[in-house]
Amino acid sequence: MVSIQYVITDELGIHARPAGQLVKAASTCKCDVKVGTPENMVDAKRVMGVMRLALKQGDTLTMTFDGEDEKEAASTLENFLKENL
Amino acid sequence: MTKHYGKSIFPAVAIGKIKVIENLPHQAIETHAENSEEQWQLLLEAKAETDRQLEELFEKTSKELGEELANIIDVQRLMLSDGDLNDSLEEMIKIDSLSAAEATKRAGKEFSEFFASLDDPYMKARSADVLDVTNRLLAQLLGQGGQTTLYDSTVIVADDLMPSQTLTLDRKKIAAFALRKGSASSHTAILAKSMSIPCLVQTDIPTSLGTESDGKDAIVDGEDAVVYIEPDEAVLSEMQKKIKRLEKERAGLEKMRGLETITKSGKKISLNANIGGVGDLPAVLSNDAEGIGLFRSEFLYLDRNNYPSEDELFEAYRKVTEAMDGKQVIIRTLDIGADKKADYLNLDDEENPALGLRGIRVCIENEAVFNTQLRAIYRASAYGNVAIMFPMITSVWEVKHCKEQAAKIKEQLKNEGVKTGEPELGIMIETPAAVMISKDLAKEVAFFSVGTNDLTQYTLAIDRQNSKIDRFYDPHHPAVLEMLRLIAKSAIENGIWAGICGELGADPKLTKSFIEMGYTELSVSPGYILGLRELIREMA
Repeated sequence: MVSIQYVITDELGIHARPAGQLVKAASTCKCDVKVGTPENMVDAKRVMGVMRLALKQGDTLTMTFDGEDEKEAASTLENFLKENL
Repeated sequence: MTKHYGKSIFPAVAIGKIKVIENLPHQAIETHAENSEEQWQLLLEAKAETDRQLEELFEKTSKELGEELANIIDVQRLMLSDGDLNDSLEEMIKIDSLSAAEATKRAGKEFSEFFASLDDPYMKARSADVLDVTNRLLAQLLGQGGQTTLYDSTVIVADDLMPSQTLTLDRKKIAAFALRKGSASSHTAILAKSMSIPCLVQTDIPTSLGTESDGKDAIVDGEDAVVYIEPDEAVLSEMQKKIKRLEKERAGLEKMRGLETITKSGKKISLNANIGGVGDLPAVLSNDAEGIGLFRSEFLYLDRNNYPSEDELFEAYRKVTEAMDGKQVIIRTLDIGADKKADYLNLDDEENPALGLRGIRVCIENEAVFNTQLRAIYRASAYGNVAIMFPMITSVWEVKHCKEQAAKIKEQLKNEGVKTGEPELGIMIETPAAVMISKDLAKEVAFFSVGTNDLTQYTLAIDRQNSKIDRFYDPHHPAVLEMLRLIAKSAIENGIWAGICGELGADPKLTKSFIEMGYTELSVSPGYILGLRELIREMA
């Protein structure tokens, strides 16, 4: 399993649009992708769960990847986070 | 004629015919179904069709209205295909033997309530998206996917519109929105602003006004936040004049941007904006305000279940202060009372809320609440030019008390090693008592800002909430103007500045008198700034 962490800099946090983009990006991975905080991780391929995290600017977000393309997936999503959040 | 009040999102005026839009399909639904496999197939087909409609709407919206609104639809498509929603529907249909329609209705309710329960106001507003997409699916299952036809100039009346509804409706025919619910961050509000049409939210239009009222005449006055249904001749002609004035103003005002507010004889006036929160900043900046003359800090305390934390307040104050980039931001300390209250504040119901525990009295009685706010303001003052203003003052001792409290907080922060600025301290003059002792009050503070709404109410003994006595309410009453003269005189004699932040400050009929009296600051809703600048620059 690979895990990455990211501090959200977008001033609106994970609002609807980036939540949608994040889910789309995660959905391209074959492996299991989870997102959230250590106490509350949700399936990153399901938009309702991701939006309900209501992560804000300054919050640290954790993502875990588990499965065959986990390394690749982690670097794709890391780039996504840097560009969009 | 009936008259209804709300909160205005965009200051335009429009006349049209009412179209009432109700949200849920009104049709009895079979709750259970015997053949669950058949129901599941029905659901999958309806989902595919709904997805197709949304895709079409997405294309149309991104072409006509741009990315931001189109993304709403895109997120809804993701919601429709969401795994959690799908699991929940499958369980209800296959295990609980519910009909596809009933399962959709229940899932929509459950998922939207979850969003509505979140603290974050943005996420709260997303519950509308969930309901929107599940209602669309439900309408599809019930065979009611039809279009709403509008009049050529339509005033839409609804609780709130579903995001996809606002995008599906024929926008060329929408003249205005009048919503019972909604907020400044709801989709309808965003759409109304982007279309520059009047939109009132949280109006008191009764729910009894249903589709049988379709076709009645209505006027939405976004400048004064009033909806008139079946307006009489007098109102109609007044509003037609107003529409003409607004059109003319908007065309001429653009050239005022970036100019100084100064009379021909060289009197410089600060034209500031009144705001309620961070959300008003775009309007402040786009209307070229010279500062914030009144930051109504109470909105950070209302519509919630507990006191805002010091950090939360600080963040809001800092954001506004930084956005204003060195221009003055005058934060009014908490101004609430029995007429504007939140449950957690535990304010008793009062027989005379206007004369009760309100304004500075609440802060003097609740030291902890006052101190938290003062700490947040002082911390924010390190980020720009902040001033503090105390509301509802009637006596000199209250001002001395507030100053002592402010000094204590400043000292406290200094000892903690926290950076602060040097905020000017001022007071609102909004009681006849404060006017009569304004000479003494002026010796205590750096500025006066006149709250004309309360001052008029207290001077004329008129309750502004009571529309039955409207004819006795005269904001130009000589008694009020005499008070304004006295306040300015006391300020000038004691070497402090005086401004006006009540509604009267934006009244172009009085601008000249105010400047002659000696006022050097006017703080108004952002939309009035450029108009007043033009007026002042033409004055001798």
